[in-house]
Amino acid sequence: MEEVGLLINGIYLKVPQGYTLLQAAQQLGVDIPTLCYHPELPSEGNCRLCVVEIGEYPRTRLVNSCTYPVEPGLNVQTHSEKVLQARRIVLELLLARAPKAKLIQDLAAEMGIHESRFKSEDPYELCVLCGLCVRTCREIVGVSAISMANRTPGKLVTTPFLEPSDACIGCGSCAFVCPTEVIPYIEKDGKRIIWGREFELVRCNVKLEQKLKSISTVKL
Amino acid sequence: MPKIESVDHLTEYRRQIRAQRDPKQQQILVCSGPGCLPLGSTEVAGAFQEQMQEKGLQGKVILKSTGCHGLCAHGVRVLLRPQEIAYQKVTPEDVPEIVETTLIGGKVVERLVYQDPDSGQTAVHKSEIPFYQGQKPLVLRKLDEIDPESLDDYLVVGGYRTLRKVLFKMSPEEVIDAVERSGLRGRGGAGFLTGRKWRLCRQVPGEVKFVICNGDEGDPGAFMDRAVMEGDPHAIIEGMIVGGYAIGAHQGYIYVRHEYPLAVKRLTQAVAQAREFGLLGNNILRSGFDFDIKISQGSGAFVCGEETALIASIEGNIGEPMPRPPYPAQKGLFGMPTVINNVETWANVPEIINMGPEWFAALGTEKSKGTKVFSLVGAVNHTGLVEVPMGTTLRQIIFELGGGIPGGREFKAVQTGGPSGGCIPKQFLDLPVDYDSLQEVGSIMGSGGMIVMDTTSCMVDVARYFISFLFEESCGKCTPCREGLRQLLNILNDITSGEGKEEHITLMEEICTTMASASLCGLGQSAANPVLTTLKYFRAEYEAHIRDKKCPALVCRPLLTYTIDPEACTACLACVRECPVGAISGPKKEAQHIDQDICIKCGRCHDVCQFDAVKVE
Amino acid sequence: MDVERLESILTQYEGYPQDLIPILQDIQDQYHYLPKDELKVVAQRLNVPLTKVYSVATFYKMFSLIPKGRHQLRVCLGTTCHLKGGQRLLESVSSHLGIEPGYTTADMQFSLETVGCLGSCAQAPVMMVDDKYYARMTIDKVSKVLKLYKE
Repeated sequence: MEEVGLLINGIYLKVPQGYTLLQAAQQLGVDIPTLCYHPELPSEGNCRLCVVEIGEYPRTRLVNSCTYPVEPGLNVQTHSEKVLQARRIVLELLLARAPKAKLIQDLAAEMGIHESRFKSEDPYELCVLCGLCVRTCREIVGVSAISMANRTPGKLVTTPFLEPSDACIGCGSCAFVCPTEVIPYIEKDGKRIIWGREFELVRCNVKLEQKLKSISTVKL
Repeated sequence: MPKIESVDHLTEYRRQIRAQRDPKQQQILVCSGPGCLPLGSTEVAGAFQEQMQEKGLQGKVILKSTGCHGLCAHGVRVLLRPQEIAYQKVTPEDVPEIVETTLIGGKVVERLVYQDPDSGQTAVHKSEIPFYQGQKPLVLRKLDEIDPESLDDYLVVGGYRTLRKVLFKMSPEEVIDAVERSGLRGRGGAGFLTGRKWRLCRQVPGEVKFVICNGDEGDPGAFMDRAVMEGDPHAIIEGMIVGGYAIGAHQGYIYVRHEYPLAVKRLTQAVAQAREFGLLGNNILRSGFDFDIKISQGSGAFVCGEETALIASIEGNIGEPMPRPPYPAQKGLFGMPTVINNVETWANVPEIINMGPEWFAALGTEKSKGTKVFSLVGAVNHTGLVEVPMGTTLRQIIFELGGGIPGGREFKAVQTGGPSGGCIPKQFLDLPVDYDSLQEVGSIMGSGGMIVMDTTSCMVDVARYFISFLFEESCGKCTPCREGLRQLLNILNDITSGEGKEEHITLMEEICTTMASASLCGLGQSAANPVLTTLKYFRAEYEAHIRDKKCPALVCRPLLTYTIDPEACTACLACVRECPVGAISGPKKEAQHIDQDICIKCGRCHDVCQFDAVKVE
Repeated sequence: MDVERLESILTQYEGYPQDLIPILQDIQDQYHYLPKDELKVVAQRLNVPLTKVYSVATFYKMFSLIPKGRHQLRVCLGTTCHLKGGQRLLESVSSHLGIEPGYTTADMQFSLETVGCLGSCAQAPVMMVDDKYYARMTIDKVSKVLKLYKE
């Protein structure tokens, strides 16, 4: 596979063509904080936490590392003052949006932010609109039972018409992938309740031997 | 309309219709542009129709409803050719007199001609009106001349002439060369070199490519693209055929916002005409080149003016921008290489090909070539559309063409570039207007809106206005734009309602810096400009709101007090009827009084008072 | 659901996913809103998830999921209109009709909306009732204009 050489924080490295800057940085062991990124899902560049600075001074700019592809000779700074300032403000904004979201609190604390200077409109909000649930439902589960609705002021993740959705199979992947644990998901008395629907839980009756057998069959 | 079979047939047809037309024939050209239409140009044209019938002038006089005549302030405008007599503020009631005095009597109706607001001097002919002097109309050139619904009209003035040159004598590379050499830059906002954009797209391998016309003119205060789409739709189509040929695209899309119903109608009609006539479709004029155009309507989303969001919208998705790269030139509509240019850019193309790139490049400044159309609106005497060479100064545009500020008030700022632009103060009035100089002072060219503000405008309120507009329009995909705008609006609402704090200014600056650097698309990246420029040039106004809880321009209503001057009040009770909360009362036939505890400071009493009795401070 | 009416719209399209927005525009134009059952049929016919239809229907300002009135009243809040009192015009219209922007009167006669810019900035403030523009509006003209449309 063709390789591309680039500079990350002054260190030259070669990575396969088609890698994103985030992947390249990870190969180098550089830690870039992410929120809406998941290796198994297409990146959309929503949260802007993973921004890095590229280019030569003074013509540098910030791009999101989760979507920007490596380019030969590109100069990348992952922790420059410009980058850190942007990350701090992004986290402060997210903290104002979802002040009780544990992950946001933790990410912010890592940057030395313990309280947002901005107004919090809804102290109980947990959703940061990262879109991981929507993408998981669409790309991995393949049912598209939930999506984003409205735009800025009223943007939210929901089922169509805010009603229980026929498309939902109750797999719970959305709740599992959600980084701020906002999707209500209840399991009790042999029932799972999610997105306003109830699913009967059925015990899996495939025996362990059969499972192993089927796995080896697949491998063959 | 005949089907044109070949390029010679086109030339022959053009010759025929030209021969049928007498340049000396009397023409009445009624403006039905964006400014005159709401003032009743349809009724004026109807009145002419009636009068012509009554006086037996049908067949002798040609009546046309045309596109924008430019000087919207004095609509409804009527131009009489060949005399070039320009009448203004025409109402249906004036029409019999125009017909009697001018068309039959050969005399001028003096009361309907232009009069200088200061000297009182009149100007009968279009070329004598200061507003038109100093303009260099290329894109707007045909607007007051042709009937936008008539393909023949477009052909008579040389329309579709480029096709002979482009499809038969030039290679796609030569076309791209010409556009590149002309120095034409995108008229929609960022000002990317059009020729380079085309070249990048041409170089991307692929059988299927697209060209798109961005007619989603969403900048509030800008209506030049609307005027061109409504007034000269074929120029856009012609430009797109040239562009399609150059990059190797066989399908074009015109994306037009649904808030412009007439533009949708005219473009749809023009595309159908061109297709029927053989200028769109397979094997155009037997050149072997296939090209067609579809009209795609926006559904009300400002963000769709952004290229990648516009593409998403044509594909049937929500208008969320995508991270770049890949750029649309590499991977655009339906994943195929795509060139997007805005209306004015496309409309410039035919003339560049006809007159040659050197001719175009001779106009304008070193890095900004050609002309630019601006919609000059707000606190200026001659509101309307102007087209001037790049590099014309703000002062020339606002004071010479625009006739200065009404009511003898003082100029305060001019806002360019729509919500992504900035407010430019007095000290930069001599700034030559081009892409780079506007950027240097913190604004942008944008699509060409130019909103003049005088001392009655509050700059904090203006910033709040733009931020609230953008907050409603942001797609909400990325954090800095979505949450940044939310917080900016919170802060600006606080400041304009007397809740401002000293630290708000720093907070806003921090949000703005991050929005500009870290937002996903151009909307978010430039959304901070209105705040940044007003903070930079009008900081004292912010401080007055924050420290003294005063709005110096008397705009921010929570900071104002309304009272009634008993001397001036005539007890007409108009304010009492208008007041939504019943705060105004008083004895019968005597001066009224506003109860400050009830008053919500909506200002409607002030607006309805005919006697200037409601005082604000 | 009026199947025939919906069919007459759907048959004009080839049924590609990119037909979604034009179809919704047609439905909005004819029905003055997007009825839920119709949207479900559209999703099936275009073979797109209902979530996509719902996202699109709630993203664009032109679409409404609740029925709109006979007359669409749009008050322009573009920059020039804002500077020339568009907000007060809106408030006046709003109190004359007794509804907030975004709502419809109980008698289903008027829907009131704001719009970013109507492009008639030279005649600010401007409002539009259905397809007719009203230029250089003042508050005292509001009731006169509304009367023209009242039954």
